[in-house]
Amino acid sequence: MREFSYHRPKSVADAAKAFGSKPEARYLAGGHSLLPAMKQRLNAPSDLIDLSGIKDLKGIKVSGGDVVIGAGTTHAEVAHSAEIKKEIPALCVLADGIGDPQVRNRGTIGGSLANNDPASDYPAAVLGLGATVVTDKREIAADKFFKGLFETALEEGEIITAVRFPIPEKAGYAKFAQPASRFCIVGVMAAKTKSGVRVAVTGAGPGVFRASDIEKALSSSFSASAQLPAASAKGLNSDIHAGADYRAHLIGVMAKRAVASAG
Amino acid sequence: MALPNGIGASVRRVEDNRFITGRGTYTDDINRPGQTYGWFVRSPHAAAKIKSINAKKALAMPGVIAVLTGADMVEDKIGGLPCGWLVKSKDGTPMKEPGHPPLAVDRVRHVGDQVAFVIAATREGARDAADAVEVNYEPLKAAVDATAALKPGAPLVHDDVPGNLCYDWEWGDKAKTDEAFKNAAHVTKLKVVNNRLVPNAIEPRAAIGEYDRASDRYTLYTTTQNPHVIRLLMGAFVLHVPESKLRVVAPDVGGGFGSKIFHYAEEAVVTWAAKKTGQTIKWTCDRSESFLTDAHGRDHATEAELAMDKNGKFLGLRVHTVASMGAYLSTFASSVPTYLYATLLAGQYSTPAIYANVKAVFTNTVPVDAYRGAGRPEACYILERIVENAAREMKLDKTEIRRRNLIPAAAMPYMTPVALQYDSGNFAHNLDVGLKAADYAGFGKRKEASAKQGKLRGIGLSTYIEACGIAPSAVAGALGARAGLYEAAEVRFHPTGTVTVFTGSHSHGQGHETSFAQVVSTKLGVPFENIEIVHGDTDRIPFGMGTYGSRSIAVGGVAIVEACEKIIKKGRKIAAHVLQTTADKVDFEDGVYKDKASNKTMTIAEVAFTAYVPHNFPHDTLEPGLDEQAFYDPKNFTYPNGCYVCEVEIAQDTGEVSIASFYAVDDFGKIINPMIVEGQVHGGLGQGIGQALLENCVYDQQSGQLISGSYMDYAMPRADNLPSFNVSTTEVPCTHNVLGVKGCGEAGAIGAPAAVMNAVVDALAPLGITHLEMPATSQNVWSALQSANKKAAD
Repeated sequence: MREFSYHRPKSVADAAKAFGSKPEARYLAGGHSLLPAMKQRLNAPSDLIDLSGIKDLKGIKVSGGDVVIGAGTTHAEVAHSAEIKKEIPALCVLADGIGDPQVRNRGTIGGSLANNDPASDYPAAVLGLGATVVTDKREIAADKFFKGLFETALEEGEIITAVRFPIPEKAGYAKFAQPASRFCIVGVMAAKTKSGVRVAVTGAGPGVFRASDIEKALSSSFSASAQLPAASAKGLNSDIHAGADYRAHLIGVMAKRAVASAG
Repeated sequence: MALPNGIGASVRRVEDNRFITGRGTYTDDINRPGQTYGWFVRSPHAAAKIKSINAKKALAMPGVIAVLTGADMVEDKIGGLPCGWLVKSKDGTPMKEPGHPPLAVDRVRHVGDQVAFVIAATREGARDAADAVEVNYEPLKAAVDATAALKPGAPLVHDDVPGNLCYDWEWGDKAKTDEAFKNAAHVTKLKVVNNRLVPNAIEPRAAIGEYDRASDRYTLYTTTQNPHVIRLLMGAFVLHVPESKLRVVAPDVGGGFGSKIFHYAEEAVVTWAAKKTGQTIKWTCDRSESFLTDAHGRDHATEAELAMDKNGKFLGLRVHTVASMGAYLSTFASSVPTYLYATLLAGQYSTPAIYANVKAVFTNTVPVDAYRGAGRPEACYILERIVENAAREMKLDKTEIRRRNLIPAAAMPYMTPVALQYDSGNFAHNLDVGLKAADYAGFGKRKEASAKQGKLRGIGLSTYIEACGIAPSAVAGALGARAGLYEAAEVRFHPTGTVTVFTGSHSHGQGHETSFAQVVSTKLGVPFENIEIVHGDTDRIPFGMGTYGSRSIAVGGVAIVEACEKIIKKGRKIAAHVLQTTADKVDFEDGVYKDKASNKTMTIAEVAFTAYVPHNFPHDTLEPGLDEQAFYDPKNFTYPNGCYVCEVEIAQDTGEVSIASFYAVDDFGKIINPMIVEGQVHGGLGQGIGQALLENCVYDQQSGQLISGSYMDYAMPRADNLPSFNVSTTEVPCTHNVLGVKGCGEAGAIGAPAAVMNAVVDALAPLGITHLEMPATSQNVWSALQSANKKAAD
């Protein structure tokens, strides 16, 4: 790890201000992606702005048909939230399957989304449930937020403050984990929402995406017995753990499991 | 009365107090006055010429003390890292031993090869400076896969090793084996790869080099399994420093699994650099470096054939193996695919004719050497895989084919056609116990139940035997070992009744401090808590060959017993003197000497006090003191053996394999501490299952870059990958050591892969699948299912 300056602002405004005044600043949330990269010297920010001291970023609220999760809320807090479990149990299942207990106790929803690792779980939740990403500057609809491999609609210095999930009629999440990292080879969030069926796939491609063919098939019958069209392997990832054809196959299997578990 | 914490008791491990409360002292925990830090510049290329090294920028950086290169070592006439076992090719020529410089001189031969050593005031400063060292490489084509490296025109790893061939070795009776195949009613053939593994001890390697000008002595603190071996190899071959001037300390070491046996370049470099720069230098490996520099394990490609008569009786076994050595010969690399492998190809069977041919090959990869089991897992895997395929082809039950071929207990001692003489074992009994425990008869019902849930279920066996307690020195020497393989111990009775034992066996997770003390408690009748076990320091321990090959209790433990016997013998003379009788009239039991005639007694503690306060002492015939040494050289190998039964379920939609149950029946001979043995079996099974289902070291075949170079891609087994193990032991005592022990450290890793893969293939066999390579990942199983379904559809 190279030398850096550490800051721990108390407010979002102070954090953004600190970020703007430094040459190569990075925000630090749970740090479970950034710190290993820094230790390996793949990333060497001049300044780390730790968001964990900002109270406004924490907490879970249910109101007006939405579940609103503060960006600084850890995976463990989401996994064990009785309020979320009541409204969107799939979100608890998803959060409880991220990494290991250490990761879940440090990692945050905001950090995960800002990083947008193509094999991480949360992008499937946000896109599959049609959530809205709330930042210090604006609100971004899920369909506009993810821009592919580690890219998002966030502008330089913009801070995610919360994520607003509309409560679906039903939603389920199923993941096939990569055996070493436990990131997703394929993760599928399938949801029956007020505005229709949404199916989001993470891990399989260069970024989270909606499986529109499967959405169509589930629109007529949101059930595990629905005939799902085979996903195409075109453009999907291939590595030592899973080839593109295997990933394509797993999209169908995980979609079925997601629907079967939907509650 | 016998003491409570002696042989056979599940005494809780005394060392765990410090380990689980964070009070262990590992090499990196040691900080010496004025210590500086080293960092290695390592090759990013699998093969390249070093055109130039420019350290100017690095040297100008704050806190940087020196940048040392291979040229500096050449100037100081530093030797290459030696290989400890000479193997000869079948034509009688010695193996090729290309130079293995501790710092590369003009060529790098694997990604991670050490190129320069940077010393600075801080670790991060050294690392910063290492990044600033400019090395001008001319990249060369790399030879990555061993089989491909043998082909004409393959890039040469060493210019002076034609065809990359280290040796072309054979074992067994070729003519007799060929004859057996001529007479066979059926021949089963199988090609298998034994996947390359990264050892992954929990503590990465570390070393501190120190030089004291006043005494002209060096001290090396290092993460090793055998400090005396490192002192010998580094002192005699690399640095040319006499043993009297070199102290090697192996403090608490966090796991080794074989990977910390070897003398590594970093140890030599920090020790040499300490004198050269006048600095005490600490180097601590990070995990990424471990992947690139710890000797890897396995990496065999084998074609095997088994000849049988019409009843499935084995007539002959023929095996051709290509073994990767990596870029250089690591300390014991040459012995692993030869004397630790082909000698075990009889397994538990009475196969009369066996022939093995092994080609060892240099590749542009990390050196390959012993890893838990070392050669024996590879032998067991081939044999047990081919036996189950043979059963299927012969339409025999997998247990029946084994029963027809197992060496009967009555045949012990049994001479195999591959040079080993098994002393003891009841293989059929282990099989019976294993099958009963696993309810083999009820498998059909369980398979049906799985099928109802859409899952394929399979059951697999493995009956393993290993040669442990390494090794009778004369035998090893005749086979090319360049060292003796005895063990040394010193038992020092103190004046007021406590005992310190100095052992050459090193403990790095095995619990020696507990089990060795149990042995001494039983032998001397001294309470367990009055016994201290000391290991890991060449200045304190008389000598030692270290810990590997499941040898600690069978060789190191027996050496301790021999030293205890000397104590008892001397004590008997002292007691006889005090009790005013003769030694032959004095009994010793449970720590008490008794004059058989008078029934007068004296405790061993009282004898010890007399030995050190010799007011009433036989000065004419005895020296004062009670402190004895013993060197024990085993008469034979020990032969732990057992039967493993594994059941797996395979999800047809994903190909995911899960272990439904695992039963292990092991014969380790006499057991000192059942709890520790059980733990060793669990760990070994975990690693064996890891190899079968998860772990795989993958190189890019073109560039020689390590793809599975971190835990993001190298899948270690975790608790949720493993079943709750059912383990039991059948104690058939070893016949040639006084403890009757056989050793237990490697068994699980040796027997488990075949049991798991046999279960996987058993589950898939109805679809026409006869083999699957390790690891049986979901992707691999799914692909096999796809091909099988496609075949069925065609």
